[in-house]
Amino acid sequence: MQKMPKWADIVLIPLINLFLAFIISGFVIWSIGKDPFAALNTMIEGAFGSTNGWGYTLYYTTNFIFTGLAVAVAFQARQFNIGGEGQAAIGGLGVALMCLMIDWPHWALALPVAIVGGAVFGAAWAFIPAYLQAKRGSHIVITTIMFNFIAAALLGFLLNGALKAPGMAAESPGFPEGATLPTFHDMLAPLGIEFSRHAPANISFLVALLCAFLVWILIWHTRLGYAIRSYGRSETAAKYAGISPTKIIIVSMLISGGLAGLMAVNVTMGEAERLVLNSVEGAGFIGIAVALMGRSHPVGVVLAALLFGFLYQGGAELSLWEGIPRELVIVIQALVILFTGALDNMVRNPVERMFLKLRKGA
Amino acid sequence: MTMMRSLLGAAAAMALSTVAAVADPAVIFDLGGKFDKSFNEAAFNGAERWAEETGGSYREVEIQSEAQREQALRRFAESGSNPIVVTGFAYASALEAVAPDFPDTSFAIVDMVVDQPNVQSIVFNEHEGSYLVGMLAAMASESGTVGFVGGMDIPLISKFACGYAQGVRAVNPDATIIQNMTGTTPSAWNDPVRGQELTRAQISQGADVVFHAAGGTGVGVLQAAADEGILGIGVDSNQNFMHPGSVLTSMLKRVDVAVYNVFSAEGALPSGITVMGLAEEGVGYALDDNNASLVSAEMQTAVDAARLQIIAGDISVHDYMSDESCPVN
Repeated sequence: MQKMPKWADIVLIPLINLFLAFIISGFVIWSIGKDPFAALNTMIEGAFGSTNGWGYTLYYTTNFIFTGLAVAVAFQARQFNIGGEGQAAIGGLGVALMCLMIDWPHWALALPVAIVGGAVFGAAWAFIPAYLQAKRGSHIVITTIMFNFIAAALLGFLLNGALKAPGMAAESPGFPEGATLPTFHDMLAPLGIEFSRHAPANISFLVALLCAFLVWILIWHTRLGYAIRSYGRSETAAKYAGISPTKIIIVSMLISGGLAGLMAVNVTMGEAERLVLNSVEGAGFIGIAVALMGRSHPVGVVLAALLFGFLYQGGAELSLWEGIPRELVIVIQALVILFTGALDNMVRNPVERMFLKLRKGA
Repeated sequence: MTMMRSLLGAAAAMALSTVAAVADPAVIFDLGGKFDKSFNEAAFNGAERWAEETGGSYREVEIQSEAQREQALRRFAESGSNPIVVTGFAYASALEAVAPDFPDTSFAIVDMVVDQPNVQSIVFNEHEGSYLVGMLAAMASESGTVGFVGGMDIPLISKFACGYAQGVRAVNPDATIIQNMTGTTPSAWNDPVRGQELTRAQISQGADVVFHAAGGTGVGVLQAAADEGILGIGVDSNQNFMHPGSVLTSMLKRVDVAVYNVFSAEGALPSGITVMGLAEEGVGYALDDNNASLVSAEMQTAVDAARLQIIAGDISVHDYMSDESCPVN
């Protein structure tokens, strides 16, 4: 018997968690002498009050959908992929190589190739830890996190050497004109909708939504998805049913790494239009929080990604207009992660008891 | 009619000037943050000094991600901030994109040249200041071996190293100069532990004066120098106070003066390249109570003479960034 209805699990508890996180954040803001309500207003206004705000919010959201899905897919097979950071960075290398390979005549040709480049490079980066886990039993948490550092070092090496553009910054040359992805402004203008010209949200957002849909099909409507979920629930039962653990670990990690690598399409091709050092900027780790909060379900991941997109863009507005230092913005983001991820049971247990009591009373 | 026109003109000019007076200046710091004890902090100090002296207020922001460079620039420009200063070469491409959209706003960028009609590019002659501290290092060294620890391996830091090496050789043509860069990524600006390691390694090779141009990493360089009983040389801000008696001098790079000047320009910011060299007191070496006992009158005379000769053009210090190579090493 379920302890509480499903809607309470996926809607009520995250909302309570969020509410608690915002209350504590409010106290923190109040304690440095700022007005928490004005701050909240600035965040909401800044993230959703204009098309420019939306453009940035959805830009960050796109990143978090990709990395959140990456963690979620691996998590369905009980693999804890915390290497999204490195996989996305190497995915960026793949995207950059594809974009720089030829002088693209049109983005519609460049995009599919860049998607393949990002996904293949990201998946390849995840393959080694996956192989080591499946065949050698090296713990995936350790190996994936180590691979983040290797990826950072590799990119540093390439961007200071073979791929470096002339000048001071460690970055690749700019991509050709034809590899410029259409932004929301370009996409919505033909429909007569005015969207901010300078916001970085671009067509990758639609790619992210498509990926979320495909992940849903894969996990809940295919044979492979069933195998992944079975293995995740019980390794012994899956083995008994003839499912190969090696195959499941490697395949789920490849998909996971590929999704993380796709994030680079948004940041590298969609925004910077060149490969820069540290383009991932922690989105790989935020993906863990997004997947946890989204209960490893694509719909949940998209919603949680939107929340974190809001926190990022709203946080930027806070430091722009309220004079709230960026360290404090990170504290607010961390509080949300803390309450929705780590302290989940603190809320869950009382709510479960409450529902049990209600049921007894009825 | 003419009077009417001139009256209207005067009214319009007044209206414009009130707008200009209302507009606050803004400064956007780089990813290192405004309390890096070095480059960004110098910019912050310049802005604070302006605010104290004029009683004015200014906007500031420390960005968190690459995408925010353009965002912060654009949002401040939209809200009417004028002038807007960005610190660091990494803002070049963002400024290149934003400046043409706000022709009535003045921008300034430190450490980089952006060729736009409303942008002032402020560059420093770091090689000249480094030359002077190089001379001091060579004169203070007893072993004839001196060290240099750079932050991130970029041409700008090689410019420091090259000026320093030329200064050392000018005093002691046989001196050995050990050079190390901390890394090739931005984390090299903030790795004091690695800074200590590199310094200790240089000391074990005989160095008894070590100059750093490494931002936060330099805290470790100066610490190791003080611990091992040799002399360190600070950079950007005056760092003599950090270990009194163990910091020979500091190569001053007056980012604070640059920001202060831009803020004080009241909207009439000339575009083009502003060079802050020895003549403009944009670079120099620091002398205060903390290092008075380390710098003898003789050393001071020699360095001051060289300073005047550089200003007069009698000594030409090679700028590494002009051809990406250094005549001495």
